[in-house]
Amino acid sequence: MTEGSVTMEVRELSGRASVIDIKGDVTAASEQALGDAYTAASGQFTRTIVLNFGGLEYMNSGGIGMLVTLLVRANRQRQRLLAFGLNEHYRQIFELTRLDEAIRIYDTEAEALAEADAT
Amino acid sequence: MTGAPNDPIQPTEARPAEAPASRDAAFWAKDVSTLRVGEVPAEAVNLNVTGRRVVGPLQGFGRLWQKTYRVDLAGAGVTPAEVIAAWKANFQDLWPEGNRFYGPLTGIGPGDVALLNLAMPGRLRLSTGVLVLYADEESFTFMTPEGHMFAAWITFSAAELDGVTSAQAQVLLRANDPLYELALAFGGHRKEDAFWRHTLGALAAHFGVAEEVETTVVCVDRRRQWANARNVWHNAAIRSAVYTMGAPMRALGRSPRA
Repeated sequence: MTEGSVTMEVRELSGRASVIDIKGDVTAASEQALGDAYTAASGQFTRTIVLNFGGLEYMNSGGIGMLVTLLVRANRQRQRLLAFGLNEHYRQIFELTRLDEAIRIYDTEAEALAEADAT
Repeated sequence: MTGAPNDPIQPTEARPAEAPASRDAAFWAKDVSTLRVGEVPAEAVNLNVTGRRVVGPLQGFGRLWQKTYRVDLAGAGVTPAEVIAAWKANFQDLWPEGNRFYGPLTGIGPGDVALLNLAMPGRLRLSTGVLVLYADEESFTFMTPEGHMFAAWITFSAAELDGVTSAQAQVLLRANDPLYELALAFGGHRKEDAFWRHTLGALAAHFGVAEEVETTVVCVDRRRQWANARNVWHNAAIRSAVYTMGAPMRALGRSPRA
C-alpha cells in the first residue's frame, strides 16, 4: 500500500499476529494507506498488530494523531498495538505525546513478537 | 579510516557514523516532562500550568472527538506558509473577546508554553495553558496540560488544493474528567464549536475573505475511560474558581494594618 511518500507492507506471522512495515513519511495524508494496511493485517483471530518503524523517515503531528485513531480502532477489535524500530528521536516523541503508555515499544522485532506470542 | 603516515594518533577502529538527524527533528518539542510558564503580564492569572504534565487524548476521560473547522481563503492569493505565519503572529487577536493567550514574545515555536485565561460563566477566568508540541511552516500543534478542559491535541494547518489555500483547526480531544464531560454535554460542545468558528472566520477576515467555516465532528470513540476519572483532582476550573473566591481574603492580607 502506497500513499504519497509512505509504503506500508503487511506480513501475517501467525493467525494471531501481523506486522506492518512502515517506510517513508507518516503524516495525515497517510491515513488511507495505514487504514488499508490495518485492515489487511487484521484477521478474524488477530490479537496483536506490530508496527515496524524501522523505515520511518519523517513524522509530523498529523501522523501522531493518526496513530491514536488507529489505536482506538485496534482496541475496539480487542487487539493490541506494539512497536519496534523507533530511533531515539521518535522514541522521545512517543514519550512526549505519551503514546508509549498505550503502544509498548520494543528494540527489535524478535522482542515484540516474543511479547505477542506470550499473550 | 586512513590517516597521514606521520599522524601521532592513529584510530584503531572506525567510529560508527552518527545517525543522521530526522528531517522533522527541529519541529518537535524536546524533553518536556513538566511545564513551566515564562514571564507573563501582571494582569494574567497564572495557575494550573507550572509543574503540570501534558496530556493527550489517551490520558483523558470522556468520549474521543475529532473536530475539524476549515475555511477556504479563495481569492486571498496566499500560500499555506503565509497563512500559518500570519496565524502564529496574530494568534491572540483572532480569538473571541474575553479570552487571552499569553505566548512567548518570540512567537509560537516547538517547546514553547503559553498561558491561557479563558472566559467562563459568572465572570470567572479559567487559567490553564498549552505546550507547542510541534511547529513547522505549514502547521503547528498544541498539547494540553493536566487540569485543562480537554486532554487534546489541537493542530492548526494550511494547505493548497486546486489553487485555493484553506486553513484548518483540528481538535482531537477527550474531556479531561467527568465534570468537564458533563459540561461538554450541556453546552460545552456548542461553545467550543463557536470558539473555533470565530477564530477561523477572523483568520479569513484577516486576509479579506468572508467565507463560511465548515465544521466536521466525528466521535472516534464513544467509550469513557473511567480509570482516568480521578483527573478531576487537577480540574483547572475548580482551582480557578477557588482562587477567584479567595481574592478578597488575599486583598485583606495585603492591606496595610492601621
